Amino acid sequence: MAADLSGIVIAPPTRRARAAGIYRQLRRLPVIPVLLLSLVVFAGIFAPLISPHDPEKGELRERNLPPVWGSGEKSVKNVVERLSISERKTSVTLKDAQQIVPTAQVGDQIEIFTKPKGSTKFLLGTDHLGRDVLSRVIYGARISLIVSVITLAVGGSIGIVMGLAAGWYGGFIDEFLMRLVDIKLAIPLILIALVLVITLGQSLWIIVTVLCLFIWPRFARQVRGEVLQLKHMDYVSLAKVSGASTARILFIHIFPGTINTLIVVATLQVGIVILLESTLSFLGAGVPPPTPAWGSMVSDGRDKLAGGVWWISTFPGVAIMLTVMSLNLFGDWLRDTLDPRLRQLE
Amino acid sequence: MQKYLARRFLLALVTLLAVSLIIFIMSRVSGDPRHIYLDDYSTEEDWIRMGEVLGLDKPYYQQYGLFLKGAIIGDFGESVSEGRPVTEVVLERAPATLQLGIVAFTFSLLIGVPLGILSAVKRGTTMDAFGKMVALIGQSAPPFWLGIMLMFFFAVNLGILPPYGKQDWNSIILPAVTLGWYYAAANLRLVRSAMLDVLDSEYIKLARAKGVNSRTIVLKHAFRNALIPPLTFAGVTLGALVTGSLVVETVFAWPGLGRLAIDALFGFDYPLLQGVVITFTLLYVTAAFVVDVLYAYVDPRIRYA
Repeated sequence: MAADLSGIVIAPPTRRARAAGIYRQLRRLPVIPVLLLSLVVFAGIFAPLISPHDPEKGELRERNLPPVWGSGEKSVKNVVERLSISERKTSVTLKDAQQIVPTAQVGDQIEIFTKPKGSTKFLLGTDHLGRDVLSRVIYGARISLIVSVITLAVGGSIGIVMGLAAGWYGGFIDEFLMRLVDIKLAIPLILIALVLVITLGQSLWIIVTVLCLFIWPRFARQVRGEVLQLKHMDYVSLAKVSGASTARILFIHIFPGTINTLIVVATLQVGIVILLESTLSFLGAGVPPPTPAWGSMVSDGRDKLAGGVWWISTFPGVAIMLTVMSLNLFGDWLRDTLDPRLRQLE
Repeated sequence: MQKYLARRFLLALVTLLAVSLIIFIMSRVSGDPRHIYLDDYSTEEDWIRMGEVLGLDKPYYQQYGLFLKGAIIGDFGESVSEGRPVTEVVLERAPATLQLGIVAFTFSLLIGVPLGILSAVKRGTTMDAFGKMVALIGQSAPPFWLGIMLMFFFAVNLGILPPYGKQDWNSIILPAVTLGWYYAAANLRLVRSAMLDVLDSEYIKLARAKGVNSRTIVLKHAFRNALIPPLTFAGVTLGALVTGSLVVETVFAWPGLGRLAIDALFGFDYPLLQGVVITFTLLYVTAAFVVDVLYAYVDPRIRYA
């Protein structure tokens, strides 16, 4: 006779045990990458609300100002010339350091900033046209976000449909699509993309179209591989026997089985799309100026470096790097969580 | 094996054809090429004569045929901006790109492979964390920005390396490091994961049980088998390095093919652009084909498939 267990109550986990469990689950979640990604998405969506200045307009008088912590440089200079515009104002004629001191006379010595000081008005400084770098970085997130979302949706869908067709039908279609993928892998794509964008015209839509050409093969390959495995499953045969149409089998029965893998692939591809978009805009084939894109901002600051103006190039680059890094780390985590089989592939 | 190679060869040819078709269509979409050759002072007669010389009076498919015929014997016409045959200009610039590519490739191996081995052997230590850091930066930092930052630090701030151009031997260091870092990161990851797999295998355990010292195990037993993935990747890298030069040569004003392509593109010098794009594709496709051959050589499963 079995022991009477009816009197035994399994104690609910104590609060501490439950907290420990939650902690264990969270511990592996990449907190910093997720936070950074949320920040980028937030900045992109609410750019007009949170950016302190207009990203496309600037005062030339306020150009090349350093970030808020920049201390500037002071030195003593001789007053050599009086400006004739207004009798009460005297100016020191130094190329980049002008200061108006009403009382100064020619021959006086006054202390002026040869390098400007940072101010709280422009937290990350201003660029060569006096535009606020922080606002431009925030708006840049918007461009990256728009480009990657559209590219992913369109390119991903094309790739998925192609992959489903190739895996399901096999034969000629499969051969043709997979050779297309091979050709794509064997072409210096950045160069072709550049040529396409410059020839067809620089616009958001052309850039997105070109980027779609980059990413669909990765999806097609992945989906095709999954379909090849899934299509011999019993439940697929059963669906066939019960008279489901091919479209129904593909989209209702097989496609959901590929979603886990696709999420991982998509996350890693977004990083690639952002890098590609910024590379194109760095080379001058991105969204046309003055719209702020991270790549073109890095390019704007390139020839200002020699004068010690490092902030124009640095901050947008940091934004790209942190975003892509977070996407990679988050993608790795997703892969380990959702689909350990993929671990060897990348 | 022969069938496999024949297929890959055919694919390479199709790729070249596809690229030549794209570039031909683009050069026609951009407008009548006569506009770049002739200025406002040319007459109607010049216009027609130029059309005959360039074959523009013929239908498009014949024009493409002419273009292909020229491309096969290496004749892309005359560069608009340079006023010299395109082939001459391309050949003049090619050595700089190849030099840069080879140095960057060597750099990526010299950094990636040893770091990969160390991270695998000393898994979970500071060494491993350092390797991860190098790999993560290499994969996330856009090369154009990395180049600018290196330039700012080493050339502007410290002043120990030339910022751009190609004069002394040390002017290649910054561009090569910029170009090679991404591939160093990729090699590091590949070697690390291959080493981890191999180190876990039975024959390594046997060797350990027999008392072979761990240096021999790592370098002789494990490393040789961990070389296959990076080796095959190496070929792909060579091809990709060529494209990477587009960005890096722009940043460092390196007088190679990448910058030539950018200049030709923004100067609407289509004959030159066609020449450079075809040359790049040829390099790319050749590298890919060599990899395929190597792959078949290294991996018997492909040879006999």
